[in-house]
Amino acid sequence: MRARVLIRPKAGILDPQGQTVERALPALGFEGVSNVHVGRLVELDVEDPSKLDEMCERLLTNPLIEDYEIQS
Amino acid sequence: MKFGVVRFPGSCDEVDALQAAQRVGDAELLWYADRDLRGADAVIVPGGFSYGDYLRVGAIARFAPVMEEVERFARSGGPVLGICNGFQVLCEAGLLPGALLPNTSLRFLCKQVGLSVASAETAWTRACTPGQRLSIPVKHTTGRYYAPEPVLDEMEAGGQVTFRYAPGENPNGSARDIAGVSNAAGNVVGLMPHPEHAVDPLTGSEDGLRLFHSVAPALV
Repeated sequence: MRARVLIRPKAGILDPQGQTVERALPALGFEGVSNVHVGRLVELDVEDPSKLDEMCERLLTNPLIEDYEIQS
Repeated sequence: MKFGVVRFPGSCDEVDALQAAQRVGDAELLWYADRDLRGADAVIVPGGFSYGDYLRVGAIARFAPVMEEVERFARSGGPVLGICNGFQVLCEAGLLPGALLPNTSLRFLCKQVGLSVASAETAWTRACTPGQRLSIPVKHTTGRYYAPEPVLDEMEAGGQVTFRYAPGENPNGSARDIAGVSNAAGNVVGLMPHPEHAVDPLTGSEDGLRLFHSVAPALV
């Protein structure tokens, strides 16, 4: 099965990448953009999708600083 | 007294750490793929870019075979020091609290900083005095120390904040100016600055030697 894991900085943790992108957009004339956050995407083929949560907890993310969402 | 210095694929400060350790004792490199600490009395996890910093800094190195032995050694009270990437690896391994995030500037930093010794009770700071100021360089992109507020409060109460950046010198946005921390027992310490690069007047400071001297008498 093809799965996608979306990883984003945990809410409340300073995200300077998101802030930088948020400031850059108006410079190009794109107004009205807020709450920008930059994360990572991991795509994988997996035989047993029930193992995905454990994979996320143990390796793909650091649960202290990141939240994840599995899309399959 | 023998130091073991871990070498991962992508380590780059292991030879400086080895040579710094050799100023106070014997020292040997430990290969990442060996489950063997070669009789080391103290272990250093050095700086660099282990496994290319793939996925997250320290995330892959923490599963290297040698780390099983380092974890066992640490949990039995053996002195372990993580420097820069080594600090990130020890946090990922759960041997130290917290995590390291990208610098608020998002830039690579390379500069001499002033540190203040916040705890002289750890295995690696016994030769320091509380509040002592040390001049040691930092060089990193991912050095912003983070832990949730309640964890930080607990760490402060338990004396687990080991080093702080001197007032006004926090280079990376670290929580509460924290530059280095220890585990509750004080045998495992991690810090972003590089004591192994501050062991000779030629490079501007010998203050880093204090950490290496700290661990040596503790083991005699």
